[in-house]
Amino acid sequence: MAYVKLTTLRKIVFSLAGVALMLFAGISFYRIRHLKEPVVLGQGVTQVKKLSDYFKGIKGTINDSYVYMLEGEEAGGTVLVIGGTHPEEPAARLAAWIFTENALLEQGKLLVILSANRSATTVTRLGGAYPPDYTIETPWGGQKFRMGDRWSNPLDQWPDPEVYIHYPSRQELAYIDIRNLNRTWPGRPNGTLTEKTCFAIIQLIKEENVDIAIDLHEAELQYPVISTIVAHQNGQDLAAMASMMISGMEGFDIGMENSPEALHGLSHREIGDHTDAISLLLEAPEPMLDATRGRTDRALLLEGKDEFIVKAGKHGLLFEKMDENGWPIDKRVGRHCSTILQIIELWSEEHQEKALIIKNVPRYKEIIAKGTGAFLHNPATAASNRIKYE
Amino acid sequence: MIISILYYLLTGYIALLIIWNLVKSKKWQEEILYIIILMPFLLRLFRLK
Repeated sequence: MAYVKLTTLRKIVFSLAGVALMLFAGISFYRIRHLKEPVVLGQGVTQVKKLSDYFKGIKGTINDSYVYMLEGEEAGGTVLVIGGTHPEEPAARLAAWIFTENALLEQGKLLVILSANRSATTVTRLGGAYPPDYTIETPWGGQKFRMGDRWSNPLDQWPDPEVYIHYPSRQELAYIDIRNLNRTWPGRPNGTLTEKTCFAIIQLIKEENVDIAIDLHEAELQYPVISTIVAHQNGQDLAAMASMMISGMEGFDIGMENSPEALHGLSHREIGDHTDAISLLLEAPEPMLDATRGRTDRALLLEGKDEFIVKAGKHGLLFEKMDENGWPIDKRVGRHCSTILQIIELWSEEHQEKALIIKNVPRYKEIIAKGTGAFLHNPATAASNRIKYE
Repeated sequence: MIISILYYLLTGYIALLIIWNLVKSKKWQEEILYIIILMPFLLRLFRLK
């Protein structure tokens, strides 16, 4: 009798310890999924739409993301900047954030998406021990952002198939990439959440007559497609010229690569194939994504310093330089801002009737000098009707 | 959508099996193991992870 009671008591104690552990983890997961990221609409933002304005099938889902529209008084071209395709590549979202909060359009139209795959911003890599969030220091305090993952949250799209067959090419891709927004272009209206999201953005590109779509990313240093502009064949000249101009004028080097014609599902291939827009994808270096990294914490995410990756570089395993100074977030955000501006300036020189004139966006050197946070605005002092939450 | 619901039902069923094994277990090492492996099932059922 005493033995039975002891066993029962032991099970209760173990179960309570398990519940405590689960609560501890569960509260953390819940908080990060529901963390609100404020966006202070800059003077240049004239309208805020949602992806469901272009495709009703995404209405009410977590991926019905905002589309920030900045319009100049003079008609011109239209450029779409896509941030948050892979939220675990934070420089992409932060660069898009800077455009939304600061850019002033004199001519043309700029469309910005900060969370292209909003579902993927609400989870971190399973088993990856990633930090759930990170904070960018600003003159008015810190602004917290969700860390995010490369793939849509399984809470929003589950289960994965054994094999992912891309639509419409029928190319076989890794099973997990059915939740990867940069493997599901051009999407379809009756597909998975991730496919529907791509379909909605494709509809946006068509309806808004987008001339150039720029998808922002970061890459590990052990991946050959890094520090580069990947261009669909319809944008090769523009990308090559931008690469030359940036390397000469902006203070950093960036290459240019052709989008492989047989590799499907990626924005630089499918947007160009399925719409009239020029499709470009930008890659900046992010050491935290490297497999040989050390501790995966907020410092690595923001400072980009890691002795193990430095060592990998000494063994010739990297496709980008890496030293003790690392790749801080300001450098990565600055690269994206300058590259976007250079692309738009070169486009505008060649297409006067479809030009865009953008002011008040910092470039690479200014962002390094002042920090990314200097260009984020304080939601506490902004009018409530000029704040959105991602 | 239907497949997703079926997977949630399957997850609930397996969670119940693990709880049943926990109740029936006589070894403390197995009890700890059952509690650990139960967590991801419950986190998914409660839509937390």
